[in-house]
Amino acid sequence: MNESVGERPAISVVNLRVSYGEREILHGISFDVRRAETVVILGGSGSGKSTLLRTLVGLERPSGGEVWIKGVNIAEASDDELDEIRKKMGVSFQGGALFGSMTVGENVALPLREHTRLEESTIEIMVRIKLEQVGLASFEDFMPSQLSGGMKKRAAVARALAMDPEILFFDEPSAGLDPIIAAGIDELILSLKKAYAISMVVVTHELASAFLIADRMLLIDRGDIIAIGTSQELAASANARVRQFLDRVPEPQVEDELNYLQMLTGDRERKS
Amino acid sequence: MKTERIAALPDRVGLETMKGLAYVGGLARLAGESAYITFMGPFRGQRLRPQRAFHQAMAVGVQAVPIVSLISFFVGLIMALQSAYELRRLGAIQFVAEAVAISIVRELGPLITAIIVIGRSGSAFAAEIGTMKVTEEVDALKTMALRPVAFLVAPKFLAMLVMVPCLTIWADFMGVMGGCLFGVAGANFTFTSYLQATRDALFLRDIFTGLVKSALFSLVITAVGCQEGFSTGAGAEEVGRSTTAAVVTSIFMVIVVDLVFTALFYVTNRG
Repeated sequence: MNESVGERPAISVVNLRVSYGEREILHGISFDVRRAETVVILGGSGSGKSTLLRTLVGLERPSGGEVWIKGVNIAEASDDELDEIRKKMGVSFQGGALFGSMTVGENVALPLREHTRLEESTIEIMVRIKLEQVGLASFEDFMPSQLSGGMKKRAAVARALAMDPEILFFDEPSAGLDPIIAAGIDELILSLKKAYAISMVVVTHELASAFLIADRMLLIDRGDIIAIGTSQELAASANARVRQFLDRVPEPQVEDELNYLQMLTGDRERKS
Repeated sequence: MKTERIAALPDRVGLETMKGLAYVGGLARLAGESAYITFMGPFRGQRLRPQRAFHQAMAVGVQAVPIVSLISFFVGLIMALQSAYELRRLGAIQFVAEAVAISIVRELGPLITAIIVIGRSGSAFAAEIGTMKVTEEVDALKTMALRPVAFLVAPKFLAMLVMVPCLTIWADFMGVMGGCLFGVAGANFTFTSYLQATRDALFLRDIFTGLVKSALFSLVITAVGCQEGFSTGAGAEEVGRSTTAAVVTSIFMVIVVDLVFTALFYVTNRG
């Protein structure tokens, strides 16, 4: 990679390993996210891409390796250090994860109320600005349950933007949305990219939106990065697994006969 | 086969014991962390959330008043009827006020209140936090640099610690009133003479031990409800499981705490 010397990347992942109990999900992956760059993390279900995102935002502790954000290795950071970094990042969760007991406006205002000492009137104006940016002006007093799936995601983006983050994370922004609404979310991400110089990390398995929004992409397969590069580089890749993913070829159904026989006749692990 | 199982028995007993201890340790950690946030937090420049605690106190305490009143009134009445059944044979029906007062204030008031609070609030805590876990709201809190314990648990502890003893006092009062109904209707008491008899029967110590117990119950109920909420796995059915577990475990632990402290009060009183 041709990293320009002197400029610190927004996120630097070095040989990252994450395990759930005995099972290792990510087997030592390394990559950088540069400033103001949009990186799309592609991968199939169970590839470890969601685990990677959860680790980057500090929800999972890695079992090895380093994750450097703003000069702190969050793999070893204390809770207080982690919180300081988190104030400078925004996360948009898959289902929105808006607080059901608060209105949309209160949801967006929450980080401002908790972390800043701004006047209530200022917070109100900021909430309106953020909601307007995601196309939800005048929805301030709605409860999350009154919003459609796409609107919830927009509201979640507004909340993620509330603290003017330096890094924005998206978990499956277009999952569960119809193509038109999903295109709208892609549009929103592109407009944010233009409006702010923030780094974005988007986890998705939607190829179309990935190619639309990404500056660079990385493809994760079974816990390893199998391709990294710009959309052109990825589209030109000759790697078999990359091609399979991009050309949407189903997994071949080769069953070892012996394994099959064993599966049918084998003893189940006896449970107490 | 059989010998294997018998041989494995100490292992399993040990494992279950460790699990039980770990569970109680988890409860203590939640309570300790909440206490730290509530009492030490302000000195470290962290913000308290009185309006959240107030909101919880309304839900836990004020809204429970009707049901607590009704049930403890009935329990008082039942206690009066039951003890009168025996006392009448001894020709000592005038002691019914004493019997009701002591059983309600020392034992049933705190216990009935705790069980109602478990049903109303302990289960609600587990369901609320469990749902937030399932919908990633707990994760969202963390990524917004808000501590779930500070944000969700500490206000509940504060609200419960204040409201459950208050409810208990009210339940004591309503229980005595229930007994009074029987006393006036079936045991030749007047309203005033019944209250007089109740007052003579009670020591301040009786009310005080009841309140100490109810404060402990409130801590147990909150800790179990929140812990079960946080241990919710993925999926809506898990929320149901946590809610059930919260209720069953809370009732069990409240009874255990009750037993331990009643025994303790008994021993210290005698000495």
